[in-house]
Amino acid sequence: MVPDWVVILIKSAILLLVVVTTFAYAMLAERKVLGWMQLRPGPNRVGPWGLLQPAADAAKLILKEDLTPRTADPLIYRLAPFISLLTAFSVYAIIPFGSSSSGTWAIGNVNAGILFLMAITSIGVYGITLGGWASGSKYPLLGSVRATAQMISYELGMSLSFIGVLILAGTTSLDGIVGAQAKWWFVAPQLVGFLVYVVTAVAETNRVPFDLVEAETELVAGFHTEYSGLRFGLFFIAEYVNMLTVSCIASLLFLGGWNAPFGLGAVPVPGVIWFVIKVACFMFFYMWLRATLPRFRYDRLMAFGWKVILPIATLNLIVTAIIVAFKG
Amino acid sequence: MRKQLYNVGAILKGLSITFKFMFAKRPTIEYPSVKKQHAPRFHGLHELRRYADGKERCIGCELCSSACPANAITVIGAENSAEDRVSPGERHAARYEIDELRCIFCGMCEEACPTDAIVLTPRFEMADYRRGSFIYAKDRLLVPPEAGVGIAPDDRPNGIPSDLGRVADIKSTTDVDRGYGATHRGEILKTQRRGLAALRQAQDDTK
Repeated sequence: MVPDWVVILIKSAILLLVVVTTFAYAMLAERKVLGWMQLRPGPNRVGPWGLLQPAADAAKLILKEDLTPRTADPLIYRLAPFISLLTAFSVYAIIPFGSSSSGTWAIGNVNAGILFLMAITSIGVYGITLGGWASGSKYPLLGSVRATAQMISYELGMSLSFIGVLILAGTTSLDGIVGAQAKWWFVAPQLVGFLVYVVTAVAETNRVPFDLVEAETELVAGFHTEYSGLRFGLFFIAEYVNMLTVSCIASLLFLGGWNAPFGLGAVPVPGVIWFVIKVACFMFFYMWLRATLPRFRYDRLMAFGWKVILPIATLNLIVTAIIVAFKG
Repeated sequence: MRKQLYNVGAILKGLSITFKFMFAKRPTIEYPSVKKQHAPRFHGLHELRRYADGKERCIGCELCSSACPANAITVIGAENSAEDRVSPGERHAARYEIDELRCIFCGMCEEACPTDAIVLTPRFEMADYRRGSFIYAKDRLLVPPEAGVGIAPDDRPNGIPSDLGRVADIKSTTDVDRGYGATHRGEILKTQRRGLAALRQAQDDTK
């Protein structure tokens, strides 16, 4: 029998490979989708249909000079991208991609999975905040201040939208939550919670229309203005991996995870395929949003988070709790 | 808050528009491999023409140079000698240089030319790395003897010369067909001449 740690190591290696490849092609897909929506063909010069574009981009990033500004705090400046990336990747330690009755589709099945998830994703902000702070330059500083404020105001709404699901599922294990959705996906009873989650997830990953942290038109490139080469690439990877993470969470908590949709359970397709399709749809939604919406004004963003998202999420939580309490 | 909720409709509308655009026909012309059909009267790189016997049309009169609003043309004329006849008349251009970076491609040199020697071709891909290489002298301007006499201004091809590659099939974006097709300069001039000839013929007949 192979020892557990070997299995975990192999799984981790495979998962890392899968996630990085997904990142590369999510980036290409985003550029393609954005292009189509803006009546452009998107990248199509490198390889057939532009399929080698990620490789070209990676080669470019690796070959670029790695600059550290004179005013930067060198240690933290160099460390920050790794904080972002490490937290982004470590979430995948507990995300199950299929029913774990066979125990093969997740690295670890943590009981308090959802808590672990929230804890880890919150640490990811440190990468952005510290990176911006340690750059020793004004635009990154503004970007990191915004990141902090934005994360605090949206993390609350997000957590509250999670709790609605937790009440319905009665468990914090991701596997259990998906299992509880065998009959009804939580998106139906928790529609409000789902909408809150979608909005906060976009804000959480600093994507358009909540990309105040990067805000090219105002802050040059926000927190990663001073970063170049591979270190910028790491932030870039972290952003996309975070997108993937919130897409995974959306499909696990609200869209039934690996359960087949529309009563297609009889179709002999492995659950992981359904899961991947759901995640892909959510990723597409991200790109779609980016092609459609302009950036929020900063004060509006804060007002929206505190005055709209938070009350709605709280109300949703209270109503859910009351209904569950009375129905037993 | 009411106002912000109200905006949800606008967001959905925006999303539907972008989604529709995803399947719309894209106007992109993938330039190096596909080329847009230029207007028939497009003014590109110059060409110095010859007569059918190989003699140069340019007589070194410098009218193009004085007509040029950008002072891009330098002509230095010289006498033809009996041993060395470059052009049919008395004089020819010993040097003929156009600074294509100064040129504004207005075509006034072409209009000024009494012998139809200088013509603007539709070629436009002249990019280079050095400024000096944009000064086109006779070695590059003159039609090579083996390449014929060059294109007469009125017979400029309606389209891209075959050496410039495939022509994009554009139907809607710039309305090349509708906008430019009707004003093909050569066609118009030919029609006008035909009309004039017919008029003269009719006058002769009545006499």
